[in-house]
Amino acid sequence: MTLEDTRTLRFFNRGPSGWARLIFFSVLSLLLLFVDARYRYLESTRQVIAVVIYPFQRLTALPGEMASDIGAYFSLQHHLLADNTQLHLQHDADAAQLQQLQTLQAENAQLHALLELKQRAGYTMQAAQIAYVERDIFKRKLFVDKGAQANVQAGQAVVDNIGVVGQVTRVYPWLSEVTLVTDKDNAVPIQVVRNGLRAVIFGSGNISELELRYQPLSADIEVGDELVTSGMDGTYPPALPVAKVIKIERDSAYPFAHITCVPLAGVDRHRTLLIVSSVPPLPELPPSEAESKEAPRSGKNAKRVKP
Amino acid sequence: MARDREFLLPAGRVFIALSFVAAVLLEWLPWSGWALALRPDFVGLVLLYWCTHKPHRVGIGIAWVLGILVDVADSSLFGQHALAYAVLAFGGLTLNRRVQMFNLREQSVHVFGLLMLSYSVYAIVHWQVRGYVAWEYFLGGITSSLLWTPLTLLLQLLRRPRRNPNEL
Repeated sequence: MTLEDTRTLRFFNRGPSGWARLIFFSVLSLLLLFVDARYRYLESTRQVIAVVIYPFQRLTALPGEMASDIGAYFSLQHHLLADNTQLHLQHDADAAQLQQLQTLQAENAQLHALLELKQRAGYTMQAAQIAYVERDIFKRKLFVDKGAQANVQAGQAVVDNIGVVGQVTRVYPWLSEVTLVTDKDNAVPIQVVRNGLRAVIFGSGNISELELRYQPLSADIEVGDELVTSGMDGTYPPALPVAKVIKIERDSAYPFAHITCVPLAGVDRHRTLLIVSSVPPLPELPPSEAESKEAPRSGKNAKRVKP
Repeated sequence: MARDREFLLPAGRVFIALSFVAAVLLEWLPWSGWALALRPDFVGLVLLYWCTHKPHRVGIGIAWVLGILVDVADSSLFGQHALAYAVLAFGGLTLNRRVQMFNLREQSVHVFGLLMLSYSVYAIVHWQVRGYVAWEYFLGGITSSLLWTPLTLLLQLLRRPRRNPNEL
C-alpha cells in the first residue's frame, strides 16, 4: 500500500486515489439509484441510452433469430412435404367419393323425377329396379325386380321419368320381363303432338331406333315431330312421350314413307323404372270389332295396323 | 518467464475498448431461463482482467460507465450494476499485485471472491429496492470464476504480437 502510494503520488499524476474514486462513484451510483427508484426522473435518460444501444442489442439477437428462422424453414419444408403427400392421398380418396356422389346425385335426380311423374299422373305406379338385362343382343328385353307378388301383370306399361320404356310381357313371382319399345315389332299406339295424327310406332330391334310404319308418302309428319302415346289401346296411359322423328325418306317407289324415330325415354339407361299398374279401363268394344282390338290387350308383340 | 513478460505485452486503447464491446455484446445475447441464471458476468470478468493486468489504463470510472450501460440493457435500476462494477474494479485494482503472484487456478479463487463481493453489493441494492434477494446471481459468480482461466489465456493470446514473417 505504501509502495503504491509513493509511486502513484511521486512521479506520475494519476489523479485521485482508488479509495477516493470508489467513494465518488459509489455515492454517484447510490444517488442515481435513489433518484431512479424513488422519483423515476431518469426514464428519459434511460430511453436515450436504450435507443443508442438498441442496434447492438439487435445485432446480438440476430444469430439466434437466424438460427431459429432457418430451423423453422427446414421444419416447415418437412411439414409441407408431409402435408402435400397427405393432401394428395386425401384428394384421391375424395375424387373417388366425388365420383360416387355424382352417380348418386344423378340417380337421385332421376328418382325425384319419377316421384314427380307418379304424383302428376292420375294412375298408380310402382317403382322397380332393373335386375337383369337380356344377354341376347337381338332382344330388347330386361328383367325388373317386381313380379306377381307385387301385383304386376303382363301387359302393363313401363315408363321412366321422361316417357315410355316398354311393356311387361311376362310375369314371374318376383321378377317381370319387360320388352322395350325398341324390341323388334313391339308396337305402341301414338299420336303426333303437332297435329294429333294417330299412328303406331314399332321397335326396330336397334336400341336407338323406332320406325313409324304404314304412313303414306303424303302423311303430315316432319322431322322433329314429337310422338306421344295416344292411350287408345288401354295399355299405355295417354300423353307420355315416346319418340321423336329424326329422318323421313319419301321414296315414290314404295307405298309408304320410311320414318325413323329415336326413343325419348332412357330406354337403355337408369336402374329404376315405373310400372303403371292401373290404367282406367276403356269401355267394352262392340262385338264386331273385338277381334281386331284384341291383339294389343294380350300385350306381347302386338302388331297393329293403322286404325 | 511468460508471466514476467506479461507486463510487456501491448494493450492498445482500441484493443481494450474492443474487448469491452465484445463482453457487453456477449452480455446482451438473448439469454433466458437457466442459461440466464448461469450466465457468466462477461463484463465483470473483462473488467477484472484489465483492472488486474493494466491498472493504469482501466479504473473505477470506466467500470462505472460500463455498469450504466449494462443497467440500461438489463433494465435494472440506474446505478445498480454501476455500483457493483465500481466495487469490483476497486477490488481488482487493490489486489492486482497480489493476484498476479498466483497461477491461473489460484487467480480464479481470488476472482471468485471479488465477484462475490460485487454480487453482494448488487444483491443488497436489489434487496433494498425490490424487497428480496436475487440468489440466482451468485450462480453466475461460479461460472464466471470458472471462465477466468480461458478468458485470461484468450486475451493474452490476442495481445501477443504477431510474429514477423521476415524474422529469421
